[in-house]
Amino acid sequence: MTVLEQPDRQAEPVDPAGRQPAIEVRDLRMRYGSTDVLTGVTFTVHPGEVIALLGPNGAGKTTTIEILEGFRMRSAGDVRVLGVDPARGDERWRARLGVVLQSWRDHAKWRVRELLNHLGAYYSPYSTSRIRRPWDVDDLIDAVGLTPHAHKRVRQLSGGQRRRLDVAIGIVGRPELLFLDEPTTGFDPEARREFHDLVHRLADLEQTTILLATHDLDEAEKLADRILILAGGSIIADGSAEQLARQVSTEAEVKWSRRGERFVHSTTDATRFVRELFRQYGDDLEDLEIRRATLEDTYMALVREFESGGRVTALHTFRGARR
Amino acid sequence: MRVHPTLMAARAGLVRGGIELRHTLTNTQDLWNYLFPNVVLLVVMFFMRNATVPGTDFSLGARNLPSLLGGSMAFSAMVTMKITLAMEREDGTLLRAKAVPNGMVGYLVGKVVQVAGMTVVSGLVLVVPGAFLVDGLAPDSPVDWLTLLGVVLLGLVACLPLGAILGSLFDNPRNVGVTTLPLMGLVATSGIFYPINGFPVWLQWIAQAFPIYWLGLGTRAALLPDEMAAVELGGSWRHLETFGVLGAWAVLGLLIAPVVLRRMARRESGSTVAARKERALQRIH
Repeated sequence: MTVLEQPDRQAEPVDPAGRQPAIEVRDLRMRYGSTDVLTGVTFTVHPGEVIALLGPNGAGKTTTIEILEGFRMRSAGDVRVLGVDPARGDERWRARLGVVLQSWRDHAKWRVRELLNHLGAYYSPYSTSRIRRPWDVDDLIDAVGLTPHAHKRVRQLSGGQRRRLDVAIGIVGRPELLFLDEPTTGFDPEARREFHDLVHRLADLEQTTILLATHDLDEAEKLADRILILAGGSIIADGSAEQLARQVSTEAEVKWSRRGERFVHSTTDATRFVRELFRQYGDDLEDLEIRRATLEDTYMALVREFESGGRVTALHTFRGARR
Repeated sequence: MRVHPTLMAARAGLVRGGIELRHTLTNTQDLWNYLFPNVVLLVVMFFMRNATVPGTDFSLGARNLPSLLGGSMAFSAMVTMKITLAMEREDGTLLRAKAVPNGMVGYLVGKVVQVAGMTVVSGLVLVVPGAFLVDGLAPDSPVDWLTLLGVVLLGLVACLPLGAILGSLFDNPRNVGVTTLPLMGLVATSGIFYPINGFPVWLQWIAQAFPIYWLGLGTRAALLPDEMAAVELGGSWRHLETFGVLGAWAVLGLLIAPVVLRRMARRESGSTVAARKERALQRIH
């Protein structure tokens, strides 16, 4: 197969500086009673990467994230988050993490600035020369776009504003690693866009490592350097959106028109096909369009294949995608 | 110099408690919660002012003002702590504390400051107007004021952890409400509204096993004339027993509460909060 072009923010399999991985999970298992939720999850996240954990509902995304956050005990497997086993993480370790929680009606009587100022205070003993903790409260409020609402009570905020406050709370300690679980559920398109901009800023300017659990494919594609697909309790795919798409569907759809007539053709080698088209028709060729499988096509194909018992095949396919 | 993180969190907790106490003084719902029960008690007391304590010609209303101060402080310290904990567990406040380094320390210190403060404010709302409604209170020596201070402080230390334990046992605020009923029953048997000399002995023993009785006795001891001791059980204010029983509850509570609270906190995660939210929303619809 062809060598894949790496997109600019694509992480290399081994961190160039030889730094320790931000997250290392090996054969993670979780069982509730007699139900196996995670049956052997393995993946690595490098510092500075933005990773999306995708999967159908009930696939174990939240369980995985909660184990990594140290909020849930695992049944078996090796887990290291910032070099520490989350089951034994102390407060110093906790200070290096950020968790964006879904707020509901907590701290309703608090004012935005008052709350961020208060929560930031817990991080000040963990300030280092490299990372100043906490984030200056006014800068932070500005970064999440809440400056006009800084003195409002939390209960007076709109859904989108509240969500931005959740993010601000998650990052007030300038985390090295940030967890986001279904961050944009219930967002309108504008709020979603603003939220995505904020995540980009965190990743680019602060070099924050981000693990994002979502079932929103569009979001995963927009935000993540790499996508992990969790289904049936294990990772069935690991790669960039492009890598995954090429692996699942080798066919591309080529559309063009010639003398007002429209044509569609599916091919496994779009490049050769288009070269041939130009050779034959040259300047007559118009409205040329090549469409690869979208992440959604890929995801659906993959999960369907997995659910219909084609698990082994799917695994093989995606092992390829990692290389 | 770098402040120790736990100390820093405890300090943040003090500030937190102060902020949350202030919040309760600046919104109608909370102000109503301060006023309503105390106004009811004051009205009851007003109608009792001409009745007398059996065996004396002392006003029952006057006897009940300090009694209610102690009794309602014990009751509201326990109930407020219990309900706040259960509510804040449901709404995710506790989980936020857990996600912050040493956040639990800050949260608990804050909660103690807040609920203790609320209990004191509520006590003042009762006793300040009450003092004008009844005659015969006699906090006439510094010892009386010291007794009052000591009883209130020790009473809070005894009752707040008990409330925290009750609040952490149930993860549904509706179920927590169920424990309020037996507490009300306990108040009724604790000699807050009426001396319990005439009660069956076994009921007297039950009352004396819990802190409510002793907090009521202690505040009566501080604020009533000394001769009123004659109508108490044993014909004495029993200071030693008061501090002994309240102290024992305080020690017991402070030993058990951290264990129960830790167990409760360990179980908190995003999905447990989400599940409770789901359940609560179903209740509403």
